[in-house]
Formats: sequence, structure tokens, C-alpha cells
Amino acid sequence: MSHQFLIHDKKDNVGVAICDIKTGQKVIGVFLDDKKTIELEAKNDILLGHKISLYSVKKGEQIIKYGVPIGKTTESINLGEHVHIHNLKSERWAQ
Amino acid sequence: MKNKTFLGYKRENGTAGVRNHVVILSLDDLSNAAAEGVSKLIPGTLALPHPYGRLQFGADLELFFKTLIGTGSNSNVASVIVIGIEPNWTKKIADGIKETGKPVADFSIERNGDLKTIESAARAAKKFIQKASEIKRQEIDISELIVSIKCGESDTTSGLVANPVVGKVVESLLNINATVLFGETSELTGGENIVASRMRTPELKKKFLKIFNDYLKFIEQENADLLGSQPTQGNIKGGLTTIEEKAMGNIQKIGKAQVDGVLYPAEKPVGKGLYFMDTSSAAAEAVTLFAAGGAVVHFFPTGQGNIVGNPIIPVIKLSANPLTVSTMSEHIDLDVSGVLKLEKSLDDAGKELFELLVQTASGRLTSAEALGHREFVLTKLFRSA
Repeated sequence: MSHQFLIHDKKDNVGVAICDIKTGQKVIGVFLDDKKTIELEAKNDILLGHKISLYSVKKGEQIIKYGVPIGKTTESINLGEHVHIHNLKSERWAQ
Repeated sequence: MKNKTFLGYKRENGTAGVRNHVVILSLDDLSNAAAEGVSKLIPGTLALPHPYGRLQFGADLELFFKTLIGTGSNSNVASVIVIGIEPNWTKKIADGIKETGKPVADFSIERNGDLKTIESAARAAKKFIQKASEIKRQEIDISELIVSIKCGESDTTSGLVANPVVGKVVESLLNINATVLFGETSELTGGENIVASRMRTPELKKKFLKIFNDYLKFIEQENADLLGSQPTQGNIKGGLTTIEEKAMGNIQKIGKAQVDGVLYPAEKPVGKGLYFMDTSSAAAEAVTLFAAGGAVVHFFPTGQGNIVGNPIIPVIKLSANPLTVSTMSEHIDLDVSGVLKLEKSLDDAGKELFELLVQTASGRLTSAEALGHREFVLTKLFRSA
């Protein structure tokens, strides 16, 4: 397996780990639409199925997956960091 | 696609089934013991016990009747024995099922007691199962299948692979003029505008959005915070963070298809094509409603490993999560994790799933059937009187 994560759409700012990724690991991602690759260094341990940030994203900005927003960040996220419930929140059903 | 036919059962009303059950249907909670008593005496019959059927009223009672009549009318069912505590509602269900032309008999327990009821019903069930055993499978065009789709315990691998694989097969089925049902109203949140944009007519779009918005209003009225249950703990463990992300994964199951109709819970489609049905996103409730609406086979993509089955329709499970397919292999009918590793294309996995559909429709048991999963779960709209 030459890649460690997949990205749905070229507009996305996150990828999805297809195996467990370790902090400091150099990882390759493949864009599903055009099969282009991207290489970066993981800043956290990221489990299979969890999201990795492809760029630095400021607090309050949208995370894009499938080419559409899936929520807003609750803190700034650096390139290669784990994106999940600790730093991303739904924009729906918000109290 | 090579296979355009499967070996199935032609029913009296011309519809196609893939199983040949003789069902002992309980009208109500009180009649479960008698229904199960009959199925113990006559092996091979299928009792369908459930906890409801007393003091329901209004829309909740209507849905209850519609679901029981739909279940008995399903083309996977050869004949039905209905057992209820009192004769009125028992007859109502039996008469509803009789409209399909299949053999139906009804028995009520009041003034008879369980034991006499069981004896009379068992005598009828014996005749029914012998008659059902005479029906032979015959070659039927795939386009006569009604297939339902719903995912569960989803994770990010569902949206990447398992759901898009189902989407490929759904597109193929629609191309050959088969019928597909999808639902899961709550799990479309964040993707509802995409689903709305797929509706063939403005009227359908309006009907769909009304159902969706009514559901949102209901959540607000209950003052509920669905964020605690959507995504579920299992979804979150699998890497899904928000309902929008879950919905985008969910709607991959309909591929690029347009929607031909919008159905209320347990309603039957009137023509061919792709239909949205208003259902819960809970697996067993949704599959039970699809079966009551006429679905005879179900595709169930899973990420973390939902193990649901149904008593009358085979549930075909697929997963792309390498951990799930290795730790829960007995539940998974098709391992599509190769697509995640880019060792296999979505198209190839779709062809494998289509082939499995033909085999399953022709009689091959699914994992859920072999393991005895028979979750029959009625949707209750509100509390009884």
C-alpha cells in the first residue's frame, strides 16, 4: 500500500486515514477524483477512518469534505493534525 | 452486467419474491405466545412476535395496520396465519393481506384460549407450508426486484467506499428498470438539499422538503439535542465528526440517480424507479418499513459493523473497514476494503455486489439469515391510549 490516506474531492481540506498513522510519520494521500497525490507529515496519531488536515485552518473556518462544508472549526488546526470532535463542530442543530 | 434474471417466486398478484415464508403474524403483544406456539408445532413456519397492537390510535394505529398488512403482503411471503386476541382487528389485517391473492387464515384467542387457537392455527399452518413447498423457483427478470438500501454503524470508510459501491449497483438497477427504496430522514441532515435537487418534479421536491422540515420541527418540539445521538458513538469512534459529514456519506448510496417518488412510512411504490421513504435511521425500524413497502432484498453497507437482519427479507452486508471485515467476518457478505487500498475499482466492487444480489435473490442465504438475525421492529409514532 503506497498511500495512507484518501481525499474525496480536490476542494477538500481534510483527508481520511485508511490505516493507523503515527505522529511524525511522512504520509501520502491520494485524491479520489484525479488520483493525484499529496505528501505531508502527521502531527498527531490518527486512527484508521479519522481525518487529517491538509492545510492550516483558522478557528471558525469551515472544514470541506466531499467538496462541501461539514462543520466549523472550534480552534485553529495545523497542517497534518487530527480533525475530529475536539476541534470541529456541526453547523446544524446548534443550540 | 451479465445476469439479467434470478430464480425467484412469482406470486398470485404477479409480483416477484426471493424467499418463500409461511408467516405466523401476531396482531398484538398478547398473541405472541400463540404465534410462537404454532411455529414450534410446525417447523419451517416463521412467527413474527412484536410488542404492540393494543390501544394504539390515530396516525400511530394507521401506520401499525399498514406495516402489518405490508409485511404479510410482501412477495417473500407465500401465505400468512394471523393470530390476535379479538376478531375485529385480526380480520382487518387478514383482509388487507388477502388483497394480494395469497392464502391467509385468521384466528382469535378470546372465547378459545391459547391452546385451542394454537391447535386450529397449526392445522391451517401445516396445510399452508405443504402448499408453499410446491411452489418452484422460476427465472424472473431482475427489473422485477424491489431493493431497499440503508447503511448503519457508518464510519468514514462507508462514505469513501461501501456506500458508493451500493450507489453503483443502484444506478445499474435503475438502468434496467428495477425499483429501489431509500430513507433515513434524520441522516439526510446536511445533504437534504442535494436529495431535494434530485427530485424529478417540483411537487416531489415540495413533498420531500415538507417531510424533512416536519421532522426537524418534531425534534425542536421535543427540545431534543440530536447531537448526542447523531452521529452515534460508533460513528464518532470510526472518525465521523458531524451530521453533515455523515449525511454526505449516506447519500452516496443513491449514486447520481434522480428520485421518482416520495413515500410515507410503509407505503408501496406505484411504479418503478428510485423512491424516498420517510423512515427512522434506526436499522431494524427502517428495514421493517421498507419490507412492509414491498422491498424483497436489502443492501446494508456498514463501517464499524452493524449486524442487523430481518425475518422476511435478506439483508446483504458489505464493509470497507479492514478492521470490521477481519474482526466481524461472519457478519459481512462482501468485503470491499480492497477499494480503500486502491487495489480494486468501485466499478469492479459494484459488479461483485450485483452478482451477490443475483445469488441472494436466487436463494443463497445472507450472513444475517445464516446467523438467525430476525429483527422485526415496528415504528411507533407516539404513546398508546
